[in-house]
Amino acid sequence: MLPEIEQYFRLEKLPHMWCPGCGNGIVLHCLVKAIDKLCLDQDRTVMVSGIGCAARASGYLDFDTLHTTHGRALAFATGVKFAKPELNVFVLTGDGDCTAIGGNHFIHAARRNINLTTIVFNNNIYGMTGGQYSPMTPNACRATTSPYGNLERPFNLAELAIAAGATFVGRATTYHTKQLTDLIIEGYKNNGFSLIEVVTHCPTSFGRHNKMGSPADMLKWQRDHGVTAMRYENLSPEERSDKFIVGVLHRCEAPEYTAEYQKLQEKFRGR
Amino acid sequence: MSSEPRLVQGNEACAEGAIYAGMRFYAGYPITPSTEIAEILAKRLPQVGGKFIQMEDEIASMAAVVGASLTGVKSMTATSGPGFSLKQENIGYACMAEIPCVVVNVQRLGPSTGVATAPAQGDVMQARWGTHGDHPIIVLTPSSVKETFELTVRAFNLAEKFRVPVILLMDEVVGHMREKVILPEPGELPVYDRLKPNCSREDYYPYRADWDKAPPMAFFGEGYRYHVTGLFHDESGFATEKPEVIDLQLRRLHNKIYRHLDEIITYHSEQTEDAELVVISYGGTARAVSRAVKLARQEGRKVGIFRPQTLWPFPEEAVAELAGAGKKLLVAEMNYGQLLLEVQRVAAGRCAVTGCLQTNGELTQPETILNKIREVYEHAPGN
Repeated sequence: MLPEIEQYFRLEKLPHMWCPGCGNGIVLHCLVKAIDKLCLDQDRTVMVSGIGCAARASGYLDFDTLHTTHGRALAFATGVKFAKPELNVFVLTGDGDCTAIGGNHFIHAARRNINLTTIVFNNNIYGMTGGQYSPMTPNACRATTSPYGNLERPFNLAELAIAAGATFVGRATTYHTKQLTDLIIEGYKNNGFSLIEVVTHCPTSFGRHNKMGSPADMLKWQRDHGVTAMRYENLSPEERSDKFIVGVLHRCEAPEYTAEYQKLQEKFRGR
Repeated sequence: MSSEPRLVQGNEACAEGAIYAGMRFYAGYPITPSTEIAEILAKRLPQVGGKFIQMEDEIASMAAVVGASLTGVKSMTATSGPGFSLKQENIGYACMAEIPCVVVNVQRLGPSTGVATAPAQGDVMQARWGTHGDHPIIVLTPSSVKETFELTVRAFNLAEKFRVPVILLMDEVVGHMREKVILPEPGELPVYDRLKPNCSREDYYPYRADWDKAPPMAFFGEGYRYHVTGLFHDESGFATEKPEVIDLQLRRLHNKIYRHLDEIITYHSEQTEDAELVVISYGGTARAVSRAVKLARQEGRKVGIFRPQTLWPFPEEAVAELAGAGKKLLVAEMNYGQLLLEVQRVAAGRCAVTGCLQTNGELTQPETILNKIREVYEHAPGN
């Protein structure tokens, strides 16, 4: 491990419990690199996670860490951030955790524009329970609960976040690590709700069922299918069908919830 | 608060009691008949430097309360039956991770949506066993506006001391009732704050405590950098599947409550000394019982009232004493006999135990209870 990031890990908790070839470690690496570049105070930074493979990330990180209930990371994080706005709060969650059971908290955290940096590890599957389809599993893909191919359509999580009111939305992959680190930095700097969707790979429970090859092959798939907005513009509809845009997808200004509440407190204190 | 008498609603007394106890974070979701608590706190909390948030659902409000409490702020939510069901998973989380907080349930008629505005006491067992897995829980139940204020303060004290979620189990009668009360002055009631660690980060084990105690609690953001999880964990806070460690943790969670029953259990008993029959009742129903007992005494029947303010842990010793003295016991409650089961268990056949049970959305009338008193007094088998 690079010496500059070692300090952010609970080394005694490693090695991690993720499968060989899993992309989650890459996301963690980018997260702590971003934190290092931002020079965040380790004592004033909180990691909140839900339940699932991605959510186990909090236990490996040397901060105040809160491993919560399934789907509820954003709701717990709202409590932490609203009670103590001076803390930096990151939310680490998977696609099942965030978009299925936690979907309601996701759209409302975005709507409220509370200053949380949310990183969604999107591996298109429930990994911890052994490979069931999630709201982010592409149509026709196989999972243990869609053995004949998924009949449902996946969310476009970024568009969902934008429609719900998020003020920063970005997407990267575990192949595009430099970009991912930069997006986390940008997301943190945004004073409001930030979503960073990370397209990551689950070779064990998604790749295997869908004949996607080795972990390296899955990374190459990310390289070949995640394209910049500019490149996407110039693609034909056929070419676009299996591509997705990576980079900053949305940025806007809106009042941040805890700051607005602080103003309210100042106005009505002692009345 | 002034020492002038005021006309106060039960839900208002709860809100003011919470502020008195130092509560500065409320997360909730609108639900009848608890909504006034949220409405009052939405107005009051910013005035006292606190935070109010209306969350997207009941689950989220319970989660936010736990998150806020971890930063060191006394936190609370309030709800009613349907919302109480939804909160249960995160109430269990608070039990497991030992996060102090107060959950108010102003009971209404169920099951399901039931009658939103009708009184009932059908959540006695849900308050005890609503979340999954073996867990201890503290449940307090007030029977007047003043007592609502006092028990709300007490709920926070117990939550802080034992690091547990405490349920304040109100009912629609008490929640919506208005009474003339003099609310306590600051300093009049004790207010307890959770213990914090006084060691360095290196020496801090977030879940290290004596076998019957709650550990000191560091606040998030103070440099202890510790881990909190709903998984079984060892004293370092990290997950474990070792049977001997799980066993120790679960025993301590129980011992920290059950070895301190004297501090937790309170009840009110009146005229039980010479009584041949004791009516056991609580909350709104106990008010009708008071009247019925008075009328029964006027008729020359030796009747007393035993009113637990702590429903869980159940005041087993006190009830066993009544049963052992051969008094007939009549349990009056607005459900199909939830506390009755517990009284029967404790009485263990040593005396007659009968229920005066009503679940139709109306507060049991004193006459109904009086008739039952007469019937049991004359006909139930004695010792």
